Amino acid sequence: MLIVTEHFPVLVIVISMLSAFTILIAGRWNKKTCLPISIATISVQLFMALFILNQVITRGTIHYRLGGWAPPWGIEYVIDAFNAYVLVIVLFICLLTAIYAKRSIEREQPHRIVPFYVVFQLLITGLCGITVTGDIFNLYVFLEIASLAAYALIAVAGRRALKASYNYVIMGSIGACFYLLGAGFLYAVTGSLNMADLSHLLPPLYENKVVQAAFVFFVVGMSIKMALFPLHIWQPDAYTYAPSAVTVIIAAAMSKVSIYAFIRVFFSVFTTEFIRIYVPIATAISWIAAIAIIVGSIIAIMQSNLKRMLAYSSVAQVGYIVLGVGLYSTQWGLYGALMHILNHALTKGCLFLVAGAIIYRYGLWNIHDFVGLGKKMPYTCAAFTIAALSMIGVPPSVGFITKLCLLAASLEAVEYAFVAVILASTLLNLVYFWRVIERMYFVKGEGEEEKEIRKDEAPMSMVLPALILGSLCIIVGILWLAGTETPLLPVVDHAVNALLGTGVVAAP
Amino acid sequence: MIEESIVYSYRPLLAILCPATAAILILLSSKRSNVRESWTIIAGILQFSLVASMVPIILERKVIECTFFQTMFEGIAFGFKVDAFGLIFALTASFLWILVSFYSIGYMRSLKEHAQTRYYFCFAIAIFGAIGIALSANLLTLFIFYEILTVSTYPLVIHDQSPEALSAGRKYFAYLLTSGVFFLFAVMMTYYLTGTTDFTNGGILKEGFDAGSVSSVTLAILFFCFLLGFLKAAWMPFHSWLPTAMIAPTPVSALLHAVAVVKAGVFGIVRIVCYIYGVDLMGKVYLVGEHLDLGLALACIAGFTMIVANLFAIAQDNLKRRLAYSTINQLSYILLGAGLLTTEGIRGAMIHIPFHGFMKITLFLCAGAIMVATGKKNISEMSGVGKTMPVTMLAFTITAFGMCGIPPACGFISKWFLCQGALQAEEIAFLFILLIASFLDVVYFFPIIHTAFFKKPEGVGEEIKEAPLFMLVPLSITAIFSVIFFLDFILRLDIISMYFYKLVELAVGNVIP
Repeated sequence: MLIVTEHFPVLVIVISMLSAFTILIAGRWNKKTCLPISIATISVQLFMALFILNQVITRGTIHYRLGGWAPPWGIEYVIDAFNAYVLVIVLFICLLTAIYAKRSIEREQPHRIVPFYVVFQLLITGLCGITVTGDIFNLYVFLEIASLAAYALIAVAGRRALKASYNYVIMGSIGACFYLLGAGFLYAVTGSLNMADLSHLLPPLYENKVVQAAFVFFVVGMSIKMALFPLHIWQPDAYTYAPSAVTVIIAAAMSKVSIYAFIRVFFSVFTTEFIRIYVPIATAISWIAAIAIIVGSIIAIMQSNLKRMLAYSSVAQVGYIVLGVGLYSTQWGLYGALMHILNHALTKGCLFLVAGAIIYRYGLWNIHDFVGLGKKMPYTCAAFTIAALSMIGVPPSVGFITKLCLLAASLEAVEYAFVAVILASTLLNLVYFWRVIERMYFVKGEGEEEKEIRKDEAPMSMVLPALILGSLCIIVGILWLAGTETPLLPVVDHAVNALLGTGVVAAP
Repeated sequence: MIEESIVYSYRPLLAILCPATAAILILLSSKRSNVRESWTIIAGILQFSLVASMVPIILERKVIECTFFQTMFEGIAFGFKVDAFGLIFALTASFLWILVSFYSIGYMRSLKEHAQTRYYFCFAIAIFGAIGIALSANLLTLFIFYEILTVSTYPLVIHDQSPEALSAGRKYFAYLLTSGVFFLFAVMMTYYLTGTTDFTNGGILKEGFDAGSVSSVTLAILFFCFLLGFLKAAWMPFHSWLPTAMIAPTPVSALLHAVAVVKAGVFGIVRIVCYIYGVDLMGKVYLVGEHLDLGLALACIAGFTMIVANLFAIAQDNLKRRLAYSTINQLSYILLGAGLLTTEGIRGAMIHIPFHGFMKITLFLCAGAIMVATGKKNISEMSGVGKTMPVTMLAFTITAFGMCGIPPACGFISKWFLCQGALQAEEIAFLFILLIASFLDVVYFFPIIHTAFFKKPEGVGEEIKEAPLFMLVPLSITAIFSVIFFLDFILRLDIISMYFYKLVELAVGNVIP
């Protein structure tokens, strides 16, 4: 008998792609069917992802051979704790976004509902594909699927979004080219595209200049995709002008997947030995990350458009993750990075959901107009406040945990400059988030005397996802802190061990 | 070192859950003000009984522990450990919360303040933070509650929501969250150096220093990071957030900026001195050559603050601001006591935490009562207040005497210990600083009393017009208590308040065997 669960790694991609076509057909018949199909698909995917995660933790890495072809000839899907972890995060964010998108898209793009959901599902297909694949060329293919879908989704908003999307197309394509060049170089040298295979074939070739060049191509290419400073220039416009729901998914899910690919290539195709001895890049990228943290935050302070401010904040937050990667040789560096993938998805997702909800209800995007919003939209603003506090790093939120890990890592590496950067960024975050909170709750409106302000919330389907993510910012923070007594940290434990090749990942 | 036996109990957890639960209930019953306020009162009483119920256990030389979970950092647990010193702070804060809750009801209703639900909610969260700080078992737990306290008091400071209040709030945040950053660094650094952050009698850094793995430069820098981290202690020159924060409603100034918040700061510093560094080590790490050890450095900062804060206080006309500077001064008494590193000094410092709390809260409550009854905020306008508000001003006078170290209020006792501490440390200079500071206390408190009782009022009204009973009773109680503490000590009455002395005795015994 065919055991379905064995095929989950590929099904998680296939059903998403099939659902894209189903939506297209069903949508022609009735627009209202789009959302239920989309939500049902993502729910099933999320269920599969959780199942895979559980299996990876209990039984070890899953190897799935596509079409039964043995690697390195066939494409192999390899899922260890890291993939599964990212997959769950991404699908969870996608699910909330899909729920949220219903009203948001009806308002912002009433004529393009069907195409939106079709492309949305394709985007998810791409994201899942990148996450599960164990083949660098296959990864490129999915990267392009996801990117093309993202270009289209951003452009949907029209006008300024067209230019933003165009910028993204150019930059994103350059990034993809770099990646492809890297993959091509490695193929030329080794004749293999399979990650596991490459990591076995490469070590004798580490001194080869082509291999080293390939590595640099990978790093630069992925840096563009994940908007690492100073290659982030496409990102603020894209985040600002895209439809609200799209911003959420790009900022919270897609950037995470790019980071996933970056870390994967860094540690699974190449090894820590290579990074330590042949291309000593760790210090350099840590410094770039540190600059990203500071510069991103400072530019964020100067913004008056909420979405743009959050976009620059994302530049800084990517810096956190990359800083953690750069400090991989310390006990807590990579933990900090991997934890922040979840942490940032939760907080930034929540913040962008709120930004969208405010635009939906009042059409406000300028921070200066937010006066009194705390009374008009109490739940939305509460979610925003929690997420903002988490960004600032107030305990026991998730942001605090990241800060702790990175601090521990920097202290262990005896890099006091990074300590200072992490701490200073706390204060910078405080400055730009507190402006918003102050206006929402505490600044009194001009002229309007103690007039009863009517409560007028965004629709439930938009507020609820924000509240869920907001409360998760706190709950997950406590779960992290509780360490090995909860199921969360062991997942990251497995992931870190798998990446660094240390420890034994639960034997099959 | 006296061996302590450990008792495992959920009481500390229940104690901090009281205000947390109350906060949620307050939000839920925001429409019905009577229900909302009764939650505060119920939680306050429940919390105080829970805290008080731990006293007998502690007095049997036991320590109560309550660990939730090991954190992801090996060697750091998230949990509570109740010892004598922590209990002193917890008792003070939780007892005064009940009184201030009653007072708040009177104050907020008389002035018909807006956003009362937010006010009570944040107040409960702030107490949650303060009690958490008091009962924390290690630095990381303490840091978490410390930050919660900072954030939750912000909405209280800017309660007025006027532009001045907002800018005061910004200053408050800028100072306190920046200090939190230093604190966090210091916590992680301590962890990095020792692999633990537990509060231990005798300190945890000593081993590393003796073994030579931790240099004295590191320890000195770390100590100053801790000091900057506990900016809530308002030592000079980083004090200016405190007078600015006086824009908050008076009950907030009373409980938070005379007891909970600022005491959290000095409490933290005493914790660092006695339980992280240890008294021995404090005297061994020198800043300059062989002279200026860390204890002396702390004492010097404290001495400087005491004198300068008092000079500032003399110049203030706004009563609350004058009291704020007085608070800055009195907090440094505690720091000085800790910095002297002698038994008597630390005894004085520890006993001054509750005593100053009771006295200063009375003064603030009086200031609030005057404001509600007459609308006057400045001292120069207060001529004749003593005649129209006799009870309030009597309480004010007694506790003002206490502040100056004059009987019959308990300020005399803590100052007595501190002076002895200075003598014990053979630092005569600090004895003089203590005496001068006390003299300056007289200089700025007596004019208030003089104006209130002996100056002719400008208007005609001579009839008695006190503040509402909700306000008058709490301030009378705190005033009476500050007298009781004194009598108790002098006459050896051995009533309830004697517990404070016993707890301090125990704490000092643990710190300096």
